[in-house]
Amino acid sequence: MNIVVLLKQTPDTESVIRIADDGKSIVTTDLKWIINPYDEFAVEAALRLKEKHGGTVTIVSWGPQRVVESIRTALAMGADKGVLIDDSALDESDSLGIAKVLAAAVKQLNPDIVLCGHRAVDYDHNQRGPMVAELLGWPHLPLALSMECDGQTVKIERPVEGGKMILSSPLPVVVTMGGSHAVWNPRYASLPGIMKAKKKPLEVKKLADLGLSPDECGGSAAKIRLVELQRPPERKAGKIINGNLDTEGKARELVRLLHEEAGVI
Amino acid sequence: MAESVCIVAEYRDGNFRKVSFEIASEGRRIADALGLKLYGIAVGSGVTAVAPKLGHYGADKVFVIDNPALEHYNAETYAPVIADVIKDAQPAVVLLPASMNGKDLAARLAARLEAGLAQDSTEIAISDGKIKAKRPLFGGKCLGWYEWADGALVMISCRPNVMSCLTPDEGKQAEIVSVNATIPAVKSQVLGAEMDTSGKVELTEADIIVSGGRGMKAAENFAILEELAKVLGAAVGASRAAVDAGWRPHSDQVGQTGKVVTPNLYIAVGISGAIQHLAGMGSSKYIVAVNKDPDAPIFSKADYGIVEDLFKFIPAFTEEVKKYKSTC
Ligand SMILES: Cc1cc2nc3c(=O)[nH]c(=O)nc-3n(C[C@H](O)[C@H](O)[C@H](O)COP(=O)(O)OP(=O)(O)OC[C@H]3O[C@@H](n4cnc5c(N)ncnc54)[C@H](O)[C@@H]3O)c2cc1C
Repeated sequence: MNIVVLLKQTPDTESVIRIADDGKSIVTTDLKWIINPYDEFAVEAALRLKEKHGGTVTIVSWGPQRVVESIRTALAMGADKGVLIDDSALDESDSLGIAKVLAAAVKQLNPDIVLCGHRAVDYDHNQRGPMVAELLGWPHLPLALSMECDGQTVKIERPVEGGKMILSSPLPVVVTMGGSHAVWNPRYASLPGIMKAKKKPLEVKKLADLGLSPDECGGSAAKIRLVELQRPPERKAGKIINGNLDTEGKARELVRLLHEEAGVI
Repeated sequence: MAESVCIVAEYRDGNFRKVSFEIASEGRRIADALGLKLYGIAVGSGVTAVAPKLGHYGADKVFVIDNPALEHYNAETYAPVIADVIKDAQPAVVLLPASMNGKDLAARLAARLEAGLAQDSTEIAISDGKIKAKRPLFGGKCLGWYEWADGALVMISCRPNVMSCLTPDEGKQAEIVSVNATIPAVKSQVLGAEMDTSGKVELTEADIIVSGGRGMKAAENFAILEELAKVLGAAVGASRAAVDAGWRPHSDQVGQTGKVVTPNLYIAVGISGAIQHLAGMGSSKYIVAVNKDPDAPIFSKADYGIVEDLFKFIPAFTEEVKKYKSTC
């Protein structure tokens, strides 16, 4: 099976995010970078598919050279090869522009299935998977919490508010990963895996290699742009209910405060 | 020239979901500011019966696509038929719910309509006739304001429970337009649904959430949180530690890789307040923390903190809430 994983590199979720002087980007020096956790679930799901059906897992990503490190991590987990699209023409692209780039890269690889996280924990745009599916004219199964594939069709479970649905689609299809670490439990890169990953092929491409021009997916094509970043209002520590109250007294005091002061019960 | 603001309502099980009325209300506000009409788009099997409700929240006209083939949400059917209605309605702005289906639909529509999409927005501002949308980024560590290129179709999905809802006015009637759409053939299918019929409140829509973490120690101990949730009319959530331990299903996980919730009241029980957990619940209106460690980071974000053993405190608190409820 020919499997593609769309992978984004994001700052570590522990990172302190600082707004840069331009007021609309973040300071990226000193950040620790990781594979977007949901994309890591996609890598795990892809490797499980490969274990069952054979074939290859190709990691496709876009971004600057530092992304190579995350692709190598996925290769060390067991993926076979990587493609990085690194082109400064994409610096100001919007989600649709990036989706066009990814869809073009996918077309060149002609896979049976494309997997990616349902969102990325940095800008949280929540649109890459469905947009790529739309551009490819493929079905999309969103928010997978489980995935079964017999080589012809894929079946997933997805949550909806108040329950879950079971969906299926013939290949080719885009599946975006939901669920949690407990569900996907992505494997670690083993030491031999890390050694092997160094020798696995990793191609770096420009827009022209995908047959695209900046006019269709670069900054000038962007329909939406981030114009300002703000700090969220600081949450301050409130009251600690203690004093000389016993447990019942504290409970009573909390009920009183929630009713009289907060008005939430 | 644009003539409208469109809202795509979400219909399930015989009614619109509440967020549909929130976006209708927000849509009305935007339409008034821009001097445009507000159009509702109502899609689903049996949706005709409730379509007039969108009028009560300010829609001037409601396009109804009612077809048994649309019983379950499927992007392959919903996106093309809705995109056609949108093209006819000539909107400047399209609002959708940032629900699980809504976000998927919004992205697929944006690609189809070559629109710029701001997902999961928490605020929409208008100045000089231009729209701006605010969204939390980096797990709520930043808020980003987005603007659209001139002439671009503005698409925004709105986080449930955030935008204020108008009081419905049954005197307000919308023109109902039944759309005869051709439903395209699809590849993907819904094989089944497993809905929770216990009446449990969905986390992303709950007004009150009681969440348990590693401090709960075991799956069965969540019974005391369930009991508290029952008397409060709350939903029960969990930290990743509790989910990883297998004590709670992943659908209960609140946080950066779980659900983002915006209740009026969030009660964090035996949860330390890791940054990834705060990413999911940090914009709750009020936060209560119950933790035996006075230095737990959660206390620095909580409006009310209780330093106690949860196994002593929660049952006592449940009793006090019961007493309070019985007197009012
Ligand atoms: C990529 C990534 C994504 C993540 N995503 C999420 C996410 O979505 N959601 C999430 O929650 N976490 C997430 N995490 C994990 C997060 O970093 C923390 O590990 C997790 O939130 C800790 O859960 P906890 O607070 O329940 O447990 P702990 O940090 O172990 O805290 C338990 C608390 O319980 C208290 N306690 C113990 N016993 C009692 C008692 N008897 N009475 C009262 N208090 C008691 C302790 O004092 C302690 O403060 C993520 C981590 C990573 C790396």
